[in-house]
Amino acid sequence: MASVACFTFRRRELLNKMSSSNLELDLDRPNIEDYLTTDSIQEPRGKLRLRDLLDISPTLTEAGGAIVDDSFTRCFKSNPPEPWNWNVYLFPLWCLGVVVRYGILFPVRVLILTLGWIIFLSCYIPVHLLLKGHDKLRKKLERGLVELICSFFVASWTGVVKYHGPRPCARPKQVFVANHTSMIDFIILEQMTAFAVIMQKHPGWVGLLQSTILESVGCIWFNRSEAKDREIVARKLREHVEGPDNNPLLIFPEGTCVNNHYTVMFKKGAFELGSTVCPIAIKYNKIFVDAFWNSKKQSFTTHLLQLMTSWAVVCDVWYLEPQNMKPGETPIEFAERVREIISARAGIKMVPWDGFLKYSRPSPKHRERKQQAFAESVLRRLEDK
Amino acid sequence: MGNTSSILTQYDIEEVQEHCNNTFSQQEIVSLYQRFCQLDRNSGGFISADEFLSVPEFAVNPLAQRLFRMIDGLNFKEFVAFLSAFSSRATLQHKVEYIFKVYDSDGNGKVAFSDLLDVLRDLTGQFISEQQREPVLTQVLEEAGYKKDSILVLSDFMKILGSNGLKMEVEVPVD
Repeated sequence: MASVACFTFRRRELLNKMSSSNLELDLDRPNIEDYLTTDSIQEPRGKLRLRDLLDISPTLTEAGGAIVDDSFTRCFKSNPPEPWNWNVYLFPLWCLGVVVRYGILFPVRVLILTLGWIIFLSCYIPVHLLLKGHDKLRKKLERGLVELICSFFVASWTGVVKYHGPRPCARPKQVFVANHTSMIDFIILEQMTAFAVIMQKHPGWVGLLQSTILESVGCIWFNRSEAKDREIVARKLREHVEGPDNNPLLIFPEGTCVNNHYTVMFKKGAFELGSTVCPIAIKYNKIFVDAFWNSKKQSFTTHLLQLMTSWAVVCDVWYLEPQNMKPGETPIEFAERVREIISARAGIKMVPWDGFLKYSRPSPKHRERKQQAFAESVLRRLEDK
Repeated sequence: MGNTSSILTQYDIEEVQEHCNNTFSQQEIVSLYQRFCQLDRNSGGFISADEFLSVPEFAVNPLAQRLFRMIDGLNFKEFVAFLSAFSSRATLQHKVEYIFKVYDSDGNGKVAFSDLLDVLRDLTGQFISEQQREPVLTQVLEEAGYKKDSILVLSDFMKILGSNGLKMEVEVPVD
C-alpha cells in the first residue's frame, strides 16, 4: 500500500516536470504532430496491461511507413519525364526535336548569351571603375546593367515568364520572400527588379560572379556549415533592411532548393527583422522543362546547359500582398502563415520538415516528444483501475 | 539478381514475391524497388546506416536503432521480406513473429526481462527513470501471470498480442 502511495506522489512530480520541459520543446519549431497523422495511435484507455507494453505496433507502423515512403524525400525527387517517343512516327519526331534543340536553338542561345555578356561587360567595367566618386549614379547604372544581363540569361533559355501583381518598389523596412526551386529563381526575379539577395557562397565561376557583380547590388553571404554564422547573418540582414539606399532584399527562407511540388519549413530569420514581408510565389510549368536544380545530382553548369537545350522555361511569378506580423504572433507562426500564402498561390503542398535536414540529422527533440507522449500514457494508465 | 542493375525483370519480381510469401503484389514490388533505389544513393546494392537515417521520419522514431540493426545490409529481396510484416496480406502469426524478433535482439528465441526493459527504455527515453521502469514492468508482468524472471517465447507473445488482433499495416504507394 505504502509503495503505491509513494508511486502516485512520484508520478505527479514527474508529470509536473514534463509539462515545464514541454515549453522548451515547443519554442524552436511548430508542432510536427499537427502535420503527421497519427491515425495508428488511438488514445488507449483502461488499466495498463502487459499487452499495452508489448504491443509496439504503432511505433513500428510509423517506422515502416517512413521506410516505404516519406514526405521529406518526396520534396527532392526530380521526376524523370515519361518517355513518349517509342512509336514508329513519334520517334522520328523526337529525333527531329533533338536536332532542332541541340543543333539550332542551342547555338543561337549561346550566341545571344555571349552577346549579352559582351554588352554587359563593356558597360559595367567602365561604369564601375570610372564612376567611383558618383556612388548614386553608379549604383543606378549597375542596377540597370544587372537587370539587363539577367534578361539575356532568361532569353537564352527562351524563358516565358508571366508576372502577376504589382511590381516591387524599393522602400526601407521591407523584405521579399519566395519559394526556391533553383538558382534561376533569382535570375528570373532579378530581371524585373534588382534585388539584393542572401545566398550560399558557391565555388567556381558562380562564386566569381557572386563576389564581383552581385556585390554591387548588395548581397549577403552565408555558410550553411558554420554554426555561429546565424547570428552574423541576422545582424547583416538587419543592417541591410534599415539602410534606405540599399536594394530591396530577397530571401529564400527554405534555405535549399525544393522540387516545386512542395515547400519545406521557412527559416524564421527573415521574419524577425521587424519589417514588412512581401511574399512572391514561383511556379514552373513542367511540360517544357523541369527547372528543379538537384544540387546533389548536377552542378549548376550542367543545370544551365540542360535548360539551354530544352524548348523553353515557362513559369508564373506572383507578387503577393505584403504581410506584417500580427500582434501576439511569434516569428515562426508568421513564417508559417506566409508559407501557406505562397503555397496556396503556387498550388504546391506544405511539408513540416526543415530543408537543412538534407545536410544533417533531425534533432533528438522530435524523438523525445514521442517518448514523452508514450511515457505519460503509461504512467496515467497505471493509475486507472 | 544483379545488385547494380536498375531494371527489374519479370523473373526477378516473381522470385522476390515468392521469397516474401506473396504478401506483396507485383506492382507493389516494383514500387518498393523504386523506393529501394531511391534510398540506396550510392548504388551499393544495400541501404547503409547513413542512407536510412537520412529519412527524417525514420530517424526520429524511438525504435529506429533497434530496427536498423535488423535491416542493415539487406539486399532488395531481403528488404521486401523485412517489410512483408506490414502488408495487409500478412497473417497475424507473421506480425507477432516480427514483433518478437524486434524484442529478441540476440535471436535466441527467448525474450527475457532485460529485453523487455530495453525496448521500454527506447520507447520512453528519459521520461521514466530507470528505477521506475523496473517496478512498472514487474507489476504489469505479474498481473498477466508471469514472473520477473520468466522467459517469454513466441507462443507467449501470440497469446498476449494475438487475442485482439493487431493493426500494423503500411500501404505501398503504387503509381
